[in-house]
Amino acid sequence: MVRTGVFTYGGGPSVIPLLRHEAVHRYRWVSDEEFGEIVAVANALPGPIATKLAAYLGYGQKGWPGAVLAVLAHIFPSGAAMLLLFGIMRAVQHSPRVQGMIDAVDPVIAVMMGVMAYEFAEKAWKGLGRWFSLAVGVLASLLILGLNVSPALVIVLYLAYGAFHLRLVRRMQRRRGRGEGASA
Amino acid sequence: MSWWQTFLGFFLPNVLGYGGGPAMIPLLQVQVVKAYHWVSNAQFADALALANVLPGPIATKMAVYVGYQVSGWLGMVLALVATVVPSALALIALLRLLNRYRTADPVRGMTLLVQPVIAVLMVGLTWEFGADAVHHLGWLQSLGIALLALWLMQRRRVHPAFVIAGAFVYGGLVVPWLGAW
Repeated sequence: MVRTGVFTYGGGPSVIPLLRHEAVHRYRWVSDEEFGEIVAVANALPGPIATKLAAYLGYGQKGWPGAVLAVLAHIFPSGAAMLLLFGIMRAVQHSPRVQGMIDAVDPVIAVMMGVMAYEFAEKAWKGLGRWFSLAVGVLASLLILGLNVSPALVIVLYLAYGAFHLRLVRRMQRRRGRGEGASA
Repeated sequence: MSWWQTFLGFFLPNVLGYGGGPAMIPLLQVQVVKAYHWVSNAQFADALALANVLPGPIATKMAVYVGYQVSGWLGMVLALVATVVPSALALIALLRLLNRYRTADPVRGMTLLVQPVIAVLMVGLTWEFGADAVHHLGWLQSLGIALLALWLMQRRRVHPAFVIAGAFVYGGLVVPWLGAW
């Protein structure tokens, strides 16, 4: 677990293949199918993927102590490095060089956010259809950016509707199908 | 700063951020920058940049940094617990049950409906960080870096960590004597 936490750059999801290698091939804690199932379920739950997987795999091996240990091993090294780097940064904050470094990173972060926005929009687009995802997207922007409604509240509302969405879609499709059948 | 607020500030983004680590970034920003003013937007951007350069999950690194800023070691531990424990417990407790229902319509519908909201929040963040960049670096330089970064990450498939490291180097060597453009 220490290895997977240290060697995967770029956040949670990129850890999955490496974790699979360690858990399935190297230590044979779970089979490949089991691992796939765990990832699928972890995706349906909120929160960071990597720590959920680590907790579950650790729990499967050694019970609760295993879960705690796996999560700690997974997050401790990079967390400590983060604090250390920030300590250094704060100490030299006022040098123009460091200020330049901080400034130059802003556009890159902006681009990364833009790309992620596109990816999430694409997921919505594929799963919800073009017009519907556009409509809910516009509604969400109106609520959040226009009316300053708390994003948490918007998500809770969307989740509540989401629980019924696919059932509604199916009912509408059935009705449309019946209508066409009658007219034909 | 109450401990309960620290916990809540990290608990909410992670419980609502369906779709893994990155989905919680805009929600975390709303909580820690806009609602509680624990860190400034610039600090948040720096933390995000560093978290991307360092290995390991993003969400927990952000929790470590912001939690520590807010109330020292205790804040850090609280932030980490709020980030990791609820969802990990849920997975262990619900794996069997969830496995049966993961393809059920309500679960899929809920996961889908969150995506456009996250996308909208990400657009908001893009705008804010972009505005920060223009403010500090000027239009030309910001646009140049942004286009180069986009090309490297999307076309050449360069890992974001290297692009960020590159930006750090450029910022350290060129920006101090070039200034804003």
